[in-house]
Amino acid sequence: MLPPLTHEEILRYSRHLLIPEIGLKGQQKLKASSVLVIGTGGLGSPVALYLAAAGVGRIGIVDYDVVDASNLQRQIIHGTSTLGQRKVESARRRMLDLNPDIEVIAYDEPFTSENAMRIAADYDVIVDGTDNFPTRYLSNDVAVFLGKPNVYASIFRFDGQVSVFYAREGPCYRCLFPAPPPPGLVPSCAEGGVLGVLPGVIGSLQATEALKLLLGIGEPLIGRLLLYNALDMSFEFVELKKNPNCRVCGPNADIKTLIDYEEFCGVPGHDREEGSAGSGWDITPAELAERLQTNGILLLDVREPHELEISRLPGALNIPLGQLAARLSELDSAREMVVFCKAGTRSARALELLVSAGFRKVKNLKGGINAWAREVDPSLPIY
Amino acid sequence: MPRIKIPTPLRYYTDQQAEVTVQAGTVAEAMQALVAQYPALKPHLYNGDGQLRPFVNLFLNRKNIRDLQGLETPLAEEDELMLIPSIAGGC
Repeated sequence: MLPPLTHEEILRYSRHLLIPEIGLKGQQKLKASSVLVIGTGGLGSPVALYLAAAGVGRIGIVDYDVVDASNLQRQIIHGTSTLGQRKVESARRRMLDLNPDIEVIAYDEPFTSENAMRIAADYDVIVDGTDNFPTRYLSNDVAVFLGKPNVYASIFRFDGQVSVFYAREGPCYRCLFPAPPPPGLVPSCAEGGVLGVLPGVIGSLQATEALKLLLGIGEPLIGRLLLYNALDMSFEFVELKKNPNCRVCGPNADIKTLIDYEEFCGVPGHDREEGSAGSGWDITPAELAERLQTNGILLLDVREPHELEISRLPGALNIPLGQLAARLSELDSAREMVVFCKAGTRSARALELLVSAGFRKVKNLKGGINAWAREVDPSLPIY
Repeated sequence: MPRIKIPTPLRYYTDQQAEVTVQAGTVAEAMQALVAQYPALKPHLYNGDGQLRPFVNLFLNRKNIRDLQGLETPLAEEDELMLIPSIAGGC
């Protein structure tokens, strides 16, 4: 039995009720349905807003972060008035403002192997709007084990990918990507940046797919991967098939329960700003400031040249991380060196590369030039 | 000659070229020609044993080469090989 709509709801959803593919029955289906949105960031913002507006009866949102000023260039569910607040609370408030007739359940916690099955079990559809490889593999495996569709999308700079992974009817994420890329090859949004409107486009496509699945209409993106590029304004599709060797959904699957995804991917399950090279290899901004007073430390800036226009440390040598391996001969391994980038992630990778090339007197500026701006030189902007 | 479409995250290693034309009769030859032309790409696409890394997905005319003849899939003059990267961003 589908739940009836009140007169207020009929008026609110009038533009849906006019479409024969939805109609009263479809709108009642949406009211009876539920979606779990993992992440309330760039992708999660339009997904959660549009699903709320569309009248999906119960929407779960998972995030453990707080709203930061650097989010607002794209995370339109949050606002200047909610800076510093828990993201799930900020999102929940905005969703209920848009549509008070729905239920929003906020999970103010990271999505992990410990809680994922319990959280996701209650929902019809999962929408993957996470920002890192471990959580993507986790979302996929949870969806496979629970037999639910996983509306997938990911973004980078001007590029987006969208698909619906539903192992009962087609391939899963692991059929396409059996293993993650080596750590550091693919920059995250926090490192590489993202066009603000890109998650708006891609997240709206995810919301579309979620609604189609709930309504049972149209051709879902099962078995197809959409590749979008904003600069070319191109939408290309490739065919995806089930991988007979898939370790979670293939006939000989050997992964039957959730695993340690951080270990599997070799990276942490978040796209946090601050990078560290590990104890013993890091130097804090305060320590560096002190050391710079006395001796001739070489400062090596591994950011891209266009970032130098935002902030720079005087006297630093700039070799972008991608060129470092080919330009080691420009560096003197006998000299003490401190490597830095924006927030410490790329420089930690540069340090690994330097150490493996035989450099020993090298340290990583913990938190990067942003931490330096925060703790030592407030005249520099933080970006 | 067959063309290889390079995804944005890897263009850093192809002098920002979005498309690279190669002389090749098979997918394997095309990939070898690609990394010969842009050696900086090699460590990202191949592992230490000279095998293509498992996260590297190649699509020939929209079909995964895994569902064709894998690296031995023959290439015709007009073929377009697409390299599809794994990206994780959602923020």
